[in-house]
Amino acid sequence: MRREAREEHWDVAVIGAGPAGLAAAQAAREAGAERVLVLERDERAGGILNQCIHDGFGLLHYGETLTGPEYAVRARAEALAAGVEIRTGSMVTGLAPDRRITVVSRQGRTEIQAGAVVLATGCRERTRGALAIPGTRPAGVYTAGVVQNLVNCRNILPGKRVVLLGSGDIGLIMARRLTLEGAEVRCALEIRPEPSGLERNVSQCLYDFQIPLHVSHTVTRILGKKRVEAVEVAAVDGDGRPLPDTTRTIDCDTLLLSVGLIPENEVAKQAGVELDPATRGVRTDPYLQTTVPGIFACGNARAVTDLADLASRQGATAGANAAAFAGGAPLREGRPERDARLAKGFPRPDTVTCILCPLGCRVRLAADGTAEGHRCERGPVYSLQEKTAPRRILTTTVRTESGRLVPVRSREPVPKQELLPLVEELRRLVVPDAEDDLRAALGERYTTCLMLGSPA
Amino acid sequence: MIGMEQMDELYDVIVIGAGAVGCAVARELSRYRLRILVLEKEADVAAGASGRNSAVVHAGFNNRPGSRMAELCVEGNKGFEAMCRELDVPYKKTGKFVVALDEEDRTTLGRLMENGQANGCPGLRLLGEQELRERVPGVVGIAAMESSETAIFDPFLYTVALAENAAANGAAFRFESEVTGIRRADGRFFIETAEKIFESHCLVNCAGVYSDRIAAMAGIQGYTIYPCRGEYILLDKVADSLLDIPVYPTPKPGDGGLGIHLTPTVHGNVLLGPSAEYIGERDDVAATGEVFSRLLREARQLLPTLDPSTVIGTFSGIRPKQAPPDEGGFWDFVLRDEPDCPGFLSLVGIESPGLTASLPIARRVCSLLRERLPLVEKANFSPARTGIVRFRDLSPAEQAQRIAEDPEYGEILCRCQQVTKREVRDAVENPLGVRTLAGIKYRAWATTGRCQGGYCLARITELLVKEYGMEPATITKCGVGSELFAGRVK
Repeated sequence: MRREAREEHWDVAVIGAGPAGLAAAQAAREAGAERVLVLERDERAGGILNQCIHDGFGLLHYGETLTGPEYAVRARAEALAAGVEIRTGSMVTGLAPDRRITVVSRQGRTEIQAGAVVLATGCRERTRGALAIPGTRPAGVYTAGVVQNLVNCRNILPGKRVVLLGSGDIGLIMARRLTLEGAEVRCALEIRPEPSGLERNVSQCLYDFQIPLHVSHTVTRILGKKRVEAVEVAAVDGDGRPLPDTTRTIDCDTLLLSVGLIPENEVAKQAGVELDPATRGVRTDPYLQTTVPGIFACGNARAVTDLADLASRQGATAGANAAAFAGGAPLREGRPERDARLAKGFPRPDTVTCILCPLGCRVRLAADGTAEGHRCERGPVYSLQEKTAPRRILTTTVRTESGRLVPVRSREPVPKQELLPLVEELRRLVVPDAEDDLRAALGERYTTCLMLGSPA
Repeated sequence: MIGMEQMDELYDVIVIGAGAVGCAVARELSRYRLRILVLEKEADVAAGASGRNSAVVHAGFNNRPGSRMAELCVEGNKGFEAMCRELDVPYKKTGKFVVALDEEDRTTLGRLMENGQANGCPGLRLLGEQELRERVPGVVGIAAMESSETAIFDPFLYTVALAENAAANGAAFRFESEVTGIRRADGRFFIETAEKIFESHCLVNCAGVYSDRIAAMAGIQGYTIYPCRGEYILLDKVADSLLDIPVYPTPKPGDGGLGIHLTPTVHGNVLLGPSAEYIGERDDVAATGEVFSRLLREARQLLPTLDPSTVIGTFSGIRPKQAPPDEGGFWDFVLRDEPDCPGFLSLVGIESPGLTASLPIARRVCSLLRERLPLVEKANFSPARTGIVRFRDLSPAEQAQRIAEDPEYGEILCRCQQVTKREVRDAVENPLGVRTLAGIKYRAWATTGRCQGGYCLARITELLVKEYGMEPATITKCGVGSELFAGRVK
C-alpha cells in the first residue's frame, strides 16, 4: 500500500512550545485566529523550562516567582484554555516560503499549509567544537544545558569533580545544582573580566557555596585520554589571549561549558528568512515579522534573551500579528521592549544583591536600618534578612517508586545553611507515583507541579 | 601460568587490528573455509587512522610510478564504487581539483599529471584559471588538475560494512583485546591478550601505527613507525553552498601529507586539513591551538570565502609513517610473508592511500596465505551487506510508508542530522555487538551535527538505560575508561 503524506490547513502554526511559542499561540487565538496549532518536537510542551527546575521565572509575566516547570504548566494551560491545539513529539523538518510545513511524528508525515507561521524555535548551546578548545577528546565535556537535562530529567549525574568554563546563567545554575547533588564544583572560569550571567546567580549559585569565580581566565587545554582527567587553565590578556606564565592544571573529571547560546534557525533558513549575521537570530520588523511575509519570529530564535518572561511577551506580539496576517487585518507593534535593567557583574561587598527578581537591586543598608538602591519594597526586607538570617527557596527533584523524577520546591525559603542537608535528605526520599500520595509524602514543607517525567 | 583450559581457541588466521585493512583482510578471507579471528585493542572498528582521515577515494596520481602504493591505489579506485554498492556504504564520485597557486605549482602539476598517466590513472586533465573559477566558484588559483575518478565516501561505515560482512560470513571479532605478546612454536602462533591466549596457523599484522611493535613481539625487527599527526577542522553542513568537490593544493616535495585541503563529506559537511606533524606518542590525537589557526589560514588561501563561524569541531588522526622525520615524504607499503617467521604477514606503513587500497591489499594477503593454507571457497559466501535505512534520505512517500510500518521512524532523536529512534536502535543492535556512544554516533550519524549531541545525547542515553537496561555508569564513549557518567543522581 502506498501512503501519501496527509495534508492539513491551519490559520496559524507555531513552531516550538516553549514560553515564546505558547504565548504566541494563545495570543493568536485571542486575536481571533480560528485554528491555531503548536508543533513541539519534545514529548511535552514547555521547551527548556521543563529542565529549569530552579525558581525565579514569571515575575514580569505572571507577577510571582515560579520554577521553570511551574511556568511551563501555566503557559500550557493558558494556551489550551484559549483553544490552541498542541502537538508534541512532532518535529518540523521543512518550511517553505509559502508557509507550507512538513512535520514528522509517530503518526506519520504531515504537510501543513498555514495562514501564518510563528518561529519560536529557541536556541542551542555553543559547544566545545565551536570554541575549538585544544587537547584530547575524552568523555566528560558537556554543555551546561545537557547536564541540566541529564540531572533534572533523566536522573543521571555526569561527574563528581567539575570545572565550569563560562559564566552564563545555565552554567551558574548548574554549578549550584551539581553542588547540591553532591558533586564538587572546583571553580568557574570566565574569559571576560566580568561574569556574563545575572548578578543574582553569581551570588546565589557560586558565592552561596564558596565556588571561586576566576574572571579573565580560560581553559587552554583538555587533558585525559578517555575521560577528562584535568584541564589546563590560564589567565588571559585584554584580548582574551592566554598568558603562558599563568598556566596551571586543575584536576577534574568533568568540564562544564556555559559559553553562549546561538539562536536555532535551521527551520527559518529553509524558508529563506534573513538572519542577522552577527547574532544568527532572525531579522524582524516592529511587528516581529521576518523578511518573508507571513512568517513571524519571537523569543530566543530571534535574539537570545535572559528571561523567559521576555520571550513570552514577544510571543504574544508575534502571535497576535500572525493572526492578523492570516485574517487580512493590519499588524500592530507590540509593547516596546523595555530594558529590564537586569543586573550583571559582580555582587559588591558593600551592598546586598537582592535575589528576589532578575533586576538584582544592589541594596545598601545603613546602620540605622534605612536602605537605598532598591526598586521595590521587598528590597530592604530581603537585605535585612540576608544580613541576619539568609534564606533561600530550595529546588530539587525527588524520585518516585517507578523511578521517574519529580521537581519539588520548598513553599517558603529555608535557612541557607540547611540547603545541602535538606537536598541530601530529599535525595534519599522515594515517593509514591500517585499524585495525592506523592503530595502527602512531601508534607507541608514542599510542593511540586508534577511536570517533569510525568507521562505526556 | 596460563592453564590449558584457556588455550582452546585455534584459528587458521588471526588478524591483528580492526581498521579498514584488517577488516578488508577478514572479509576477503571469509570467502574461504577458514576459522578467522580479528583482535582489536579498542572497543570498535576504525578506531585509528581508518576513522580519522579525509574520507577520499584517491585516484592514484600522487604515488611514485612503479610503487606498490600506486598499483594498489589505482586498482582500489577502480573497484571502489562497486564495493560500496555491494556493502551499502555512502559513496559519491565527485572528482577533485589540485590547484596551483603559483608558477612553481603549475610545473609540479604537469609532473603530477605525468605521474598519474604512468600509474594508469584515468580521467586527469589540466585546466586554466578561468575554467577553475567556473567549476569551483570561490576557489583561488592560477591553474588546476582535475581528476574525474576521485570520490568521497564514509570510511567508518566502509570499515563497519567490511567487518559486518566478514562476521556474517563467519569471522569472529574481539574488541578491547590488546595483543600483549606473540610466541611461535610448533609452526603455530600463540597470541596473548590480557584475557586469554589465542592460537593460529597464520597471523596478519594490520596494527597500523602499532604494526612495528606487533612485529617486534614476534621477533621481527627492522620496522619503525613514526606517528605523524594530522589535525582536521570540521565545518557545519555547508558543502552545498561552499564546496561540493574536494580541492587540494599542489603538493610540495617532501610533504608527509597532501597539503591542507578542503573536502566535502558524504554527509554534507566540509573538512579542512590535515596538518602533518611528527609526534612522540602513537595515540596522541589531541588538537592544538597553533595548528587550528594554521589550518584555517591555509584553507582560506584556497577558499577565501570560508566562514570561520561554521566550525563545529576538530579531530585528528595519526599516520603510521615509515619515512623518518628528517626524510619526510612517503615510503612504500610493506606487504609480505616474513621469511624469518613464515605465516606472519606484515602490513606495515599502510598510510594514505591505504583506505583506497584496502581491498587490493586484502587480495594480496589472500594470495600470500594460499602458500600456507588451503583456501577453499565457501559455497554460501554472501558478498552483500545492508546498512541502516537513513530516514532522511528517503522520498516523502517512503518516509510515510516507513512510519506507518514502524512509528519509531517518526521519532527524530537527533535533530541536526534528522536521525530517528529506529535508526539509533539499529545502531545499538549492530551485528558486531559494539555498544558505545561513538559506535552509535558513527553508525547512525547521531550527535554529529552543529549541536554536537546537545539535543540527542540525553535521549540516546535514556534509550540505552530504559530499553536496553544499561546502568548509566556503564555507558562509555569508546570503551572501558571512557565512562560518560558517574552514575545516577538518586
